[in-house]
Amino acid sequence: MTTYTMPDANGRFGEFGGRYVPETLMPALLELEKAYGEAINDPAFVEELHYYLNQYIGRETPLYYAENLTKKLGGPQIYLKREDLNHTGAHKINNTIGQALLTLRMGKKKVVAETGAGQHGVATATVCSLLGLECVVFMGEEDMRRQKLNVFRMELLGAEVRSVKNGSGTLKDAVNDALRYWVTNVEDTHYILGSVVGPHPFPKIVRDFQSVIGKETKQQILKQDGSLPDAVIACVGGGSNAMGMFYPFIEDKQVRLYGVEAGGAGLDTNQHASVLVNPNPGILHGTMTNLLQDEHGQIQEAFSISAGLDYPGVGPEHSHLNDTGRVIYVSITDDEAVTALQSLSQTEGIIPALESAHAIAYAEKLAAEMNSDQRLVICLSGRGDKDVEQIKQVLEEK
Amino acid sequence: MGKEKLDNYLNQLQSENKNLFVPYIMAGDGGLDNLEERILFLQECGAAAIEVGIPFSDPVADGPTIQNAGKRSLDHATTLTAVLDKLASFKEKRIVPIIVMAYINPIYKYGVESFADSCVQAGIDGLIIPDLPLEEEAMVTDALQHRAIALIRLAALTSSSERIETLAHRSEGFLYAVTVTGTTGVRSSYESKVKTYLQQVKQQSPVPVLAGFGVSTNEQAKELGSYCDGVVVGSKIVDLFHEGKTEQIKQLIQASI
Ligand SMILES: Cc1ncc(COP(=O)(O)O)c(C=O)c1O
Repeated sequence: MTTYTMPDANGRFGEFGGRYVPETLMPALLELEKAYGEAINDPAFVEELHYYLNQYIGRETPLYYAENLTKKLGGPQIYLKREDLNHTGAHKINNTIGQALLTLRMGKKKVVAETGAGQHGVATATVCSLLGLECVVFMGEEDMRRQKLNVFRMELLGAEVRSVKNGSGTLKDAVNDALRYWVTNVEDTHYILGSVVGPHPFPKIVRDFQSVIGKETKQQILKQDGSLPDAVIACVGGGSNAMGMFYPFIEDKQVRLYGVEAGGAGLDTNQHASVLVNPNPGILHGTMTNLLQDEHGQIQEAFSISAGLDYPGVGPEHSHLNDTGRVIYVSITDDEAVTALQSLSQTEGIIPALESAHAIAYAEKLAAEMNSDQRLVICLSGRGDKDVEQIKQVLEEK
Repeated sequence: MGKEKLDNYLNQLQSENKNLFVPYIMAGDGGLDNLEERILFLQECGAAAIEVGIPFSDPVADGPTIQNAGKRSLDHATTLTAVLDKLASFKEKRIVPIIVMAYINPIYKYGVESFADSCVQAGIDGLIIPDLPLEEEAMVTDALQHRAIALIRLAALTSSSERIETLAHRSEGFLYAVTVTGTTGVRSSYESKVKTYLQQVKQQSPVPVLAGFGVSTNEQAKELGSYCDGVVVGSKIVDLFHEGKTEQIKQLIQASI
């Protein structure tokens, strides 16, 4: 049996990953890598992390048997990994608590973050409030409009939200400005990156902190049923909930893994965020990965109804897992996601985040090819409270 | 051509006791048609080399001035291919060395080997890639070395002395000493540690050291140049060209060298 040991010492997942950053940031990345390596081998750090995961975030989250959805779809037994039940309403806080503790360990008192849907921003603002860190969050103008409530939440938590007008005013532009802010304030500021993207060691650190999702899922299903699931589905923006869910299953080859990207207005339009459908490697935000870009290497805008999936790149590890075929990447359109959001709300009484609704929508398709002896786990990465206003508008326009 | 031309040109100016002044322009800002005129003008003004920026959609090392210039250039549909063609079209008219400053992605998409070939065709002598640190530079070094194109490394205020040592010994043409912890853009003043930083870099470097990021006046150019070998001036030059104030560019360069 081969053991999966990605990334290598240079932060490579096969040909992907690496650290393509200005020299000014290199020392901070090296420091972070060292601090992280020491922290995870320090029982006191691990204990503190677990304390907050349990007592503050509310882990472990249930692996809920969705009986109604199972009956409705008439296929496999369906389980929902309830990341929506975490404090602040999404998986994002699994990572921010870990990185905030690292920030303190590195003797830094300030934090910068980017946010798309606002969930990562809220999760960062929350742990900064908890641990007494100063917090600046960059958010695209368009996303601030789509996710007003989360902007207010961050401010209520004491963070400063800075609006980004460049480009399409979405996640990519927020990352650019967060990186520029970090370059300028790197001596006393840590960048809490919100997904498995960016330069090494971020894709590894974020994956590791998020892998609590997959570890719990594995234990829970083994305990309930004595065997591993047949398939696991997660949505992919940058890909942190998906990597966190998939990572502990990578060597369990019998478990099929599906990553669901945002199909926006459809793959036949150029308004989508499905990066892995037509892989096109390049370098953005410090990492080599597949991108939406033109033939001259200019990055193109991504489109998705869901602010959290609206990103023209994807974590380098996903690019690698796509190449090896270990994970199958598929795409779900805006319309399909909205329908799935309504459907889960009505069958299970759970309003999923628009991001997570992409995973639900694909589960509905996959269920048709599976039978009742099989089991399917869906990562319900977040709850839909933040999206309710937007969904109301979308449905009224129909 | 290439590294040798850059070395010789800088050597010559230094033997005349000149403070080296390298202006940066954004290719395609105002359209590619002005590139020849601007380069020949800067050559005339006494530039030690000219840094030609390639626009990129996501320039994380740049502040607002160069970001906006890049946007204007992309609005003119500027591509790396078109810039290389344009540079090739008047290479016989230039004596000043040309350095291209490009983010790594457009180069990667072009193909590193073909890009290096095109650089030779276009009469490009050196390259600056702001998002390609030591750890990743192997991606381009062979292709550039084969064709004797200089890869100019950047040192930062945050770099350890060991990193500066490595950067200085690998750098070709000159070493670019970044003088702010931050992005490009005009600064009115510098942190006090810049002086000792430049002096230390200068001491460690076998190649000339040019200070850059934020330099906007001839006083700054003279002062920073006194700790090393000269300066790179970006945002200020970009602004002045954009505003059509070419006479001021000439004055700035001539008062700085
Ligand atoms: C609920 C939820 N799920 C998923 C995502 C997408 O991020 P990732 O792909 O990193 O999990 C987000 C991002 O904001 C989110 O809020």
